[in-house]
Amino acid sequence: MDAIAVRELSKRYATRDGSVAALEGISFGVGEGDFVAVVGPSGCGKTTLLKILAGLMPPSRGDARLRGTPINGPRRDIGVVFQAPVLFPWRTVLDNVLLPIDVQGLSRERHRAAALDLLALVGLEGFDRRYPWELSGGMQQRVALTRALVHDPAMLLMDEPFGALDAMTREQMNVELQRIWLERRKTIVFITHSIPEAVFLGDRVLVMSPRPGRILEDVRVELPHPRPLDVMNTPAFGEHVRAIRRRFAVAGRVDG
Amino acid sequence: MHRGRSRALTVAFFLGSMALWEGAVRGFEVPPFILPAPSAVAVALWRGLSSGLYLRHLWYTLLETLLGFLLGSALGFGLGTAVAMSRWVEYFLYPYIVMFQSLPKIALAPLIVIWFGLGLASKVINAGLVAFFPLLVNTMVGLRSADEDRVSLMRSLAATDRQIFRMLRLPNALPFVMAGLDIAMIFALIGAIVGEFVGATAGLGMLIQSMNFTMDVSGQFSVLLVLSFVGLGLSRAVQLVRRRVLFWDPSEKAALERPDEDVPLSASLARDPRAGKKEVTAW
Repeated sequence: MDAIAVRELSKRYATRDGSVAALEGISFGVGEGDFVAVVGPSGCGKTTLLKILAGLMPPSRGDARLRGTPINGPRRDIGVVFQAPVLFPWRTVLDNVLLPIDVQGLSRERHRAAALDLLALVGLEGFDRRYPWELSGGMQQRVALTRALVHDPAMLLMDEPFGALDAMTREQMNVELQRIWLERRKTIVFITHSIPEAVFLGDRVLVMSPRPGRILEDVRVELPHPRPLDVMNTPAFGEHVRAIRRRFAVAGRVDG
Repeated sequence: MHRGRSRALTVAFFLGSMALWEGAVRGFEVPPFILPAPSAVAVALWRGLSSGLYLRHLWYTLLETLLGFLLGSALGFGLGTAVAMSRWVEYFLYPYIVMFQSLPKIALAPLIVIWFGLGLASKVINAGLVAFFPLLVNTMVGLRSADEDRVSLMRSLAATDRQIFRMLRLPNALPFVMAGLDIAMIFALIGAIVGEFVGATAGLGMLIQSMNFTMDVSGQFSVLLVLSFVGLGLSRAVQLVRRRVLFWDPSEKAALERPDEDVPLSASLARDPRAGKKEVTAW
């Protein structure tokens, strides 16, 4: 059984002059432990898709299932990482990481060790008592990633999580996210508008069209893990990026 | 060295202006019931303080102010929360709130003295009434200003509305609430003094008024001096709490990071622009 099964998913928004289609008949499956990158131009409904998967927004038609049960509201077995770190400045790093534990009414004591382990995993050992405003943007996003993992969710949804970081920090975060994924084997849906980022991280890349968002292509990236940053300079990598970019050119919009 | 020199300049300026004032009053023979010389004010201050007269009245005014502050802030915070959290409450109460807000609350003082008498109660209620609004408005604005992304995050964790309130909206509103408390404290003092003007048996406001009847202008100046120190002290007390509670707020961090604890008065009066935006003045 697929971890995520999306069938004929559509979403229309009501606006002042009629309704606008954001997503149109989207279907795909994600296997347990897979890393799927979703790439598309701005305004193609990527974020809408993620909000539906996170249970923050109901679809207009079709359905999305997580491990066989329909997603019809926020669920506690999903971790979400947004584009901004969205940390609470009045909480320490550790307390921010433990937010899902507090919300779910679980024992802080029991999850403290796991939280500290995760912080070490993302390279923030010893920062647990600091406050978010004492950290750099990249470090804050690591805290957000740790927070998404702390309650051991089945699935991780990431909405352009490194989009606001500088290029070098972003590459480094990509390498680390891959390492964490290989270590923890979560099912990840990773939304981005960077084609190289999608190819570098994903087992599969779902290529989306401009609005209304449809899936143009489901590309399998045949590059062995772990992928070092050097992989970006190989012909195979370049070929994937070129193929996806060409797909966009055909669809009438070039981006990233 | 630089700091020492600016401090010396400050002292020199103060002494110079006092000397000028003293000289002008003596030179032009200004009658003491128009403008007393600083020396006369100092004598009146010493007399009032050493006889225990000022302290007795000060205690009374302070009690009125603090009780009024507690009453007004508690009500303002409670009602502000209700309005911010419930569409229903907002729908029915908001028109009255707007109407009441445009009314100068001070104008109610004579009525309140008629209803609640010359004692402590009327002053506490008057102070509370004036202190109520800054807190009501700031609480409302603060609770509603929670960042959309943070609300989304809480929702994605399947948080209940109650949890979102406790873990996000309430701490998020604290900078606004603390700014409201700062204003409410000074407003409560104003409310108490005005209440005493209208009718009271004790308090610094009553003292000022009785001195006015006997043309004791130097006495009035000395009480005004005491009052300004009371106001400064109360405001400082709130700010001290605010700094403790809001260590994470950017505007507070800026204050903390100032190397010189001895902030000039003008700076502490002006506050910083970010905090200023949170203050909604209404009285």
